Amino acid sequence: MNGILPLQLEDVSYAAGGRKIIDRVSLALEAGSSTIILGANGAGKSVLMRLMHGLLAPSAGRVVWNTVGARRRQAMVFQRPVMLRRSALANVDYALQAAGVAPASRERLAREALAEVGLLAAAARPARVLSGGEQQRLALARAWALHPEVLFLDEPTASLDPGATREIENIIRAFDAAGTKIVMSTHSLGQARRLGDEVIYLHQGHVVERARFFPLPATTEAAAFVKGELPWA
Amino acid sequence: MLEALSTGLRLVATLDLRLWEIVGLSLAVSLSAVALATLVGLPLGAALAVGRFPGRQAVIVVLNALMGLPPVVVGLAIYLLLSRAGPLGELGLLFTPGAMVLAQTVLVLPIIAALARQAVEDAWLEYEEQLRSLGVDGLRGALTVLWDIRFSLLTVVLAGLGRASAEVGAVMIVGGNIDGVTRVMTTAIALETSKGDLPLALGLGMVLIAIVLALNAGAHLIRDAAARRYG
Amino acid sequence: MGMTTKVLLGALVCASAQAQTGYITVASTTSTEQSGLFRHLLPLFERKTGAQVRVVALGTGQALDAGRRGDADVVFVHARALEEKFVAEGHGVKRVEVMYNDFVLVGPKSDPAGIAGGTDVAAALRKIRAAQAPFASRGDRSGTHYAELQLWQAAGIDIATAKGPWYRDTGSAMGPTLNTASGMNAYVLTDRATWLSFRNRGELAIAVQGDRRLFNQYGVMLVNPAKHPHVERKLGQAFIDWLVSREGQAAIAAYRIGGEQLFFPNAKL
Repeated sequence: MNGILPLQLEDVSYAAGGRKIIDRVSLALEAGSSTIILGANGAGKSVLMRLMHGLLAPSAGRVVWNTVGARRRQAMVFQRPVMLRRSALANVDYALQAAGVAPASRERLAREALAEVGLLAAAARPARVLSGGEQQRLALARAWALHPEVLFLDEPTASLDPGATREIENIIRAFDAAGTKIVMSTHSLGQARRLGDEVIYLHQGHVVERARFFPLPATTEAAAFVKGELPWA
Repeated sequence: MLEALSTGLRLVATLDLRLWEIVGLSLAVSLSAVALATLVGLPLGAALAVGRFPGRQAVIVVLNALMGLPPVVVGLAIYLLLSRAGPLGELGLLFTPGAMVLAQTVLVLPIIAALARQAVEDAWLEYEEQLRSLGVDGLRGALTVLWDIRFSLLTVVLAGLGRASAEVGAVMIVGGNIDGVTRVMTTAIALETSKGDLPLALGLGMVLIAIVLALNAGAHLIRDAAARRYG
Repeated sequence: MGMTTKVLLGALVCASAQAQTGYITVASTTSTEQSGLFRHLLPLFERKTGAQVRVVALGTGQALDAGRRGDADVVFVHARALEEKFVAEGHGVKRVEVMYNDFVLVGPKSDPAGIAGGTDVAAALRKIRAAQAPFASRGDRSGTHYAELQLWQAAGIDIATAKGPWYRDTGSAMGPTLNTASGMNAYVLTDRATWLSFRNRGELAIAVQGDRRLFNQYGVMLVNPAKHPHVERKLGQAFIDWLVSREGQAAIAAYRIGGEQLFFPNAKL
């Protein structure tokens, strides 16, 4: 069975409310390395990820996966996790059910996923009473159960404290080790360094730089970001 | 006013059989109507919330407007339908509780559907991305959201129940206010008012309000308990 | 209609149908119902036959319409001319007289038209019109309304043209009309039975009574099964027969409020 990668973005643009948010981006995402999308707020990271994942349709250009049926073999984790008013276990089960997994194996797979993220003890608790960090771990468990080939993460730890952040990063590493391609946006350089093999730097809807993780940025914009300056003045 | 209060209390205290017959029928009719309207209206509202089709905005406007259907007009329309001289005369439903349930269902359905549509549409903003990421879309997604906001929907159902138990125009026309058969609280109050027995009418009115209050309090407690349990 | 709704509706019909064997629907007037006569009368018939009598109080005009549509099995009203027309049209089998009472003209104790204590209703109406004293009319095609119109005619007044702001057309049943009259201290024509059981009299009292033109005859008719095959002919006829029987007539006479008899049986045996 062919993998869904590489993913090709061909001259993709996205405009909304008269503004161009993504401006003619062309790139390819290959299997193997974890990709970090860096950029200041408003650069278009969230929109770019949603275009890749298929939640948004481009205004121009094409988003092309390697094979058909790629829809089912990806997952996404958002900055704020959205949980159903059910138990933690039921939330993971819901995702498996949506993916068409047979009833007989669903509970086992759900429990395995919860165990992977360290939430097995909380399986019966209502998902919505869990803490922010626990809910985000639950979101990752939900994604884990699906064994996706690509996992998109949109600033997954932006709302979490350092302790919870560390736990989330460990789980992301586990995904990476299991062979899932990580595509993650963040505005934390430290996190990018810890988790990424390569980086795409986004500035006002353009890709201005892309490289294996850079010690010295080549472009002025990237350099300014690394130095911690505000991107436009 | 005081006489009304004491009349009402006396009716309740003496367990007046006729009163409880009337109360029982009122609850049976209105609760049945609300149950039917909920069964049809909730999925309808959810589907309308997430569906996209030409004329959708017009449908929403009409549905919202139907919330204000005058009960007496609905009663008249159902009467003409169920009359022996009308298309559904064969059913022999006129002047029976069945006709009253039908009329109140028609009255309550737009309320439940319109309010559910709004609730689901608002919630959909929160759930949409995550559900679509999981491959859940369309009606399936709408029903998932519908179930997830079930405790908020309790308020929608209560709005429908309020409308049903308060109206008199529809049940009077299609039920005929027959003593012991189709007499409910509101039609009994109307009758006593027209007979000039105002204290009794007011007393009955207070019993009706007390019952509706009790139902609402009960629903509120359920909602509270659920919020604490499920978050 | 969704599938579930159809099923539930069917269940409702079945439940209604179960009760259907053994009852008749009687379309009658608001005055007979509100007087409490039926609550006194019906249990006697129901105990005797085991059947249920369901009275829908509609007002004479509407009751006759219900009969025309076939929505009732028996019609029991008090407007002779309209009843005879009903039978002539073929909607009723036969008109049978059951009982009578009378109308009374009530008005405010202050009596602006100066008619209190009189026995000539036509003269009283002329005085009311002359004084332009407030008068509440039912205006709802009821037996009482028709009687009122006939009385204006008897007084030589074309009320359609003669009425002014003093003539208040309430379009309501007897009770609400009495409420309105009480509220605005107006004269009003009412049947004695409703007046006797009316609790909100305010300043009103009987002004004129005893005129033979105030005679109010009640008649009952079986809705014609030839036109409406579903009519409960056996039970309906049994009810009519009982009303005019010695037992039924005695029961009618026995009904009193505060010791006063409301209806006077006069069936021709």
